[in-house]
Amino acid sequence: MTSTLNPKFTFETFVVGAANRLAVTAGRTVAENPGSAYNPLFIYSGSGLGKTHLLMAVGHSAKALAPQLNIEYLTLDEYVEAFHAAIAAGQGDAFRRRFQNVDALLVDDVQFLTNRKEMQAELLRLTEALQQAGHQIVLTSDRPPAEIADLDERLISRFSGGLVVDMGIPDYETRVAILRRKAEERGARFQPGVLETAAGVEFPNVRELMGALNRLVAFQAVNDAPLTAEAARQVLGVVEAGVTAASPTAASSTAASSTGDEFSQFLTDVTTTVGKAVEAWRARVAEAVLRWEGEGYRTARLEKLLDQDNPAAVDEAIAAYIHDVERLRALEAEVQALDPQAAGEKVFRDPERMAEAEAAAAKVRDGAAPPPAPSGAFPLDSYAAGASNDVALSAARAVIAAPGKKYNPLVLAGKSGLGKTHLLNAIGLELMKKKGAVVACLSTQAFVDELIAAIDGNRVDWWRARYRRATALLLDDIQLLAGKDRTQEELFNLFNHLMDGDRQLIFTAPAHPNTLQGLEERIVSRLEGGLVAEIGDPDRELRRTALERILTQQKLKAEPALLDYLADRPADSVRSLTGLVQRVADAAAAQDQPVSAGLAREILEGQPPAGSGGRRTTGLRTSGLVVSSAGGVRSREKMVWDWPSASDRLIEDLR
Amino acid sequence: MSLVNFTTREITCKIVYYGPGRSGKTTNLHYVYGRVPESRRGRMVSLATQTDRTLFFDFLPIDLGQISGFATRFQLYTVPGQVYYNATRRLVLQGADGVVFVGDSQARQLDENVESLQNLQSNLLEHGIDVRTVPVVMQYNKQDLPRELILTPAELDDALNFRGVPSFAADALHGQGVFETLKAISELVLKRLAAGSPA
Repeated sequence: MTSTLNPKFTFETFVVGAANRLAVTAGRTVAENPGSAYNPLFIYSGSGLGKTHLLMAVGHSAKALAPQLNIEYLTLDEYVEAFHAAIAAGQGDAFRRRFQNVDALLVDDVQFLTNRKEMQAELLRLTEALQQAGHQIVLTSDRPPAEIADLDERLISRFSGGLVVDMGIPDYETRVAILRRKAEERGARFQPGVLETAAGVEFPNVRELMGALNRLVAFQAVNDAPLTAEAARQVLGVVEAGVTAASPTAASSTAASSTGDEFSQFLTDVTTTVGKAVEAWRARVAEAVLRWEGEGYRTARLEKLLDQDNPAAVDEAIAAYIHDVERLRALEAEVQALDPQAAGEKVFRDPERMAEAEAAAAKVRDGAAPPPAPSGAFPLDSYAAGASNDVALSAARAVIAAPGKKYNPLVLAGKSGLGKTHLLNAIGLELMKKKGAVVACLSTQAFVDELIAAIDGNRVDWWRARYRRATALLLDDIQLLAGKDRTQEELFNLFNHLMDGDRQLIFTAPAHPNTLQGLEERIVSRLEGGLVAEIGDPDRELRRTALERILTQQKLKAEPALLDYLADRPADSVRSLTGLVQRVADAAAAQDQPVSAGLAREILEGQPPAGSGGRRTTGLRTSGLVVSSAGGVRSREKMVWDWPSASDRLIEDLR
Repeated sequence: MSLVNFTTREITCKIVYYGPGRSGKTTNLHYVYGRVPESRRGRMVSLATQTDRTLFFDFLPIDLGQISGFATRFQLYTVPGQVYYNATRRLVLQGADGVVFVGDSQARQLDENVESLQNLQSNLLEHGIDVRTVPVVMQYNKQDLPRELILTPAELDDALNFRGVPSFAADALHGQGVFETLKAISELVLKRLAAGSPA
């Protein structure tokens, strides 16, 4: 299905001239760094100017540099055919997967996308997928993207988004070079001037030039004597341009045969002279200047070399320059991740100012120390689950599984002491486990304080950058933003930035955001845009789990009776349970007794120790006497919550 | 104007045809014009009097295309030979990369030749250029005239070419020696590339 790369079509066999130098340089760059330099690379030129050759050369070169790469070359028609075949076989998904997994996709002749809407959609999808995965796409066409008739706007913008280069008709010198190389490949030898004559004809493409060469080879083969330049001119039907246009006052009497070549001869001489004059090192330096200037780097250092007569160690100088540029690239990429604004600074484009660039990067690096991370004291394992926080917990798990995708933002709302902070930090810890994650988890108060310090130190930019690189932002107690206009403004922008990048946002609040006072409408509406998971008062089951954990933490024995007793006591928050346990534990320590249900009851209900009169508290409290209503049944579904009224049941029985 | 621009990869040679009036400078350009394919030459600008004498200057741009990766252009100028157009001559000479001195081979024109040569030297000096540092070639034109009227190239060399620059016998009207001269001056100019001292 996929064409194999023609082994003849490599960069080595590609004759580079002014008309295609840019395309070849771009092709080489792409082959060296697939996916990172120009993506997609779109090459267009008229027919027969070497598009396919260049495209295959990219494939060969990339493969040679990194043999593990999966490279697919195919023409658009082949792609269409393959797609149709796959659809017919019901293998559409497999087809897509196959192409999404290539490291470099080389598609020839994409101009045939005209009037193929479904293929355009398919290619758009593929382009997006490949680009997102950082895989290289190289396309060729006989015209620029915008001129391909009936091409989807989105495809045009995608194709144009990388680099669009054209290849022109080769100039005279390139034509000579091509002819010489091809003649050599065929083992054909010509007299001086023959190939130059053929090159003098401005064929619209290289294929016709090859046609001319074929004719010359054929004519020479049938004649005994080698072909002369004059004979070649006749074979190719070349009309002399210069002589007919001679000016009226001069040369009219000159014999055409002896003078027609004067200019060509002159040109050849000048070419030789220039070739000698522009020494090879100058050409190398000039090439480097051209290349790096094209990539936006200052090349003053290289240009200085050209001013010298005979500089020492030119190649070392070029290598050092490239080394510096690579370093600048690395710095820029690093800074880009930390602070996109700072990355645009000129200093990262000037190898003369390496020290400044290093300093600038260091500054950004310092400024963008990772934002506060979640506290390790709140692991998810130790978070007590129950009916009251079921929704919040399942939302948390969904967020951990797919951050930024499902519930974004997630607002955990509930009264104080219900474990919002715990859950928030727990999610943060889980998110941190993901590769490349930068989780900012802090209290809103700390967030405000940091901003104030940044404003004070005139470092707001990097303060922003610091949070902007976060893959998740978790803010505790968002209600503390009330009245802090500047922080709300900053959060608003940060919020939008992070949402745009599909980064996860999680907040905690004491109540539903729309009931919070002092928050700007735009903040509230954004908070409501995701999921507001309310955490209710802890149910008995949750209380029991939490108590067990608290007791264990305090190294106390968690007897079932004690747990049941404590869990049955009303408590409006998990935090209050801690207080409860603390009271019991303190008392037990004071009385030098083990912590038990009886002791707990005594302390919490004020019942005197045994033998002090047997006074019992009045009232409806049945703590400690009743078996837990949950009866150890952990599943909510299996619990009967609404008993039918007794009278109904009696009637039922009587029937 | 720099001869070579490495950044834009261009070579631009300005060559001035200098010499006394009626020595055949414009004829040289016309001949070259006639030999350059149309696609490679620009419009030849000639500002002439009614009697076909160069009033201001002739200008012929030639595009040699890409040579060793450099877009190479030649600009050929002539100066008006008449003594009273010196201001124009000086102007045209400005920024010249090379000079072709077109001498008149007629024996009776020898003084004019000498005078023009001195004028060249002084005009170059006005631009702060020592004539010894500029590529110059000599062309002894009108060698087709009857022997008795002209001096031989050797005699002219003795009289004019005291610096021993390359010299060529020519018959510009029929093209003899025209391209040889152009080639020689081009080589001299372009060889300065190798010396790395753009003019």
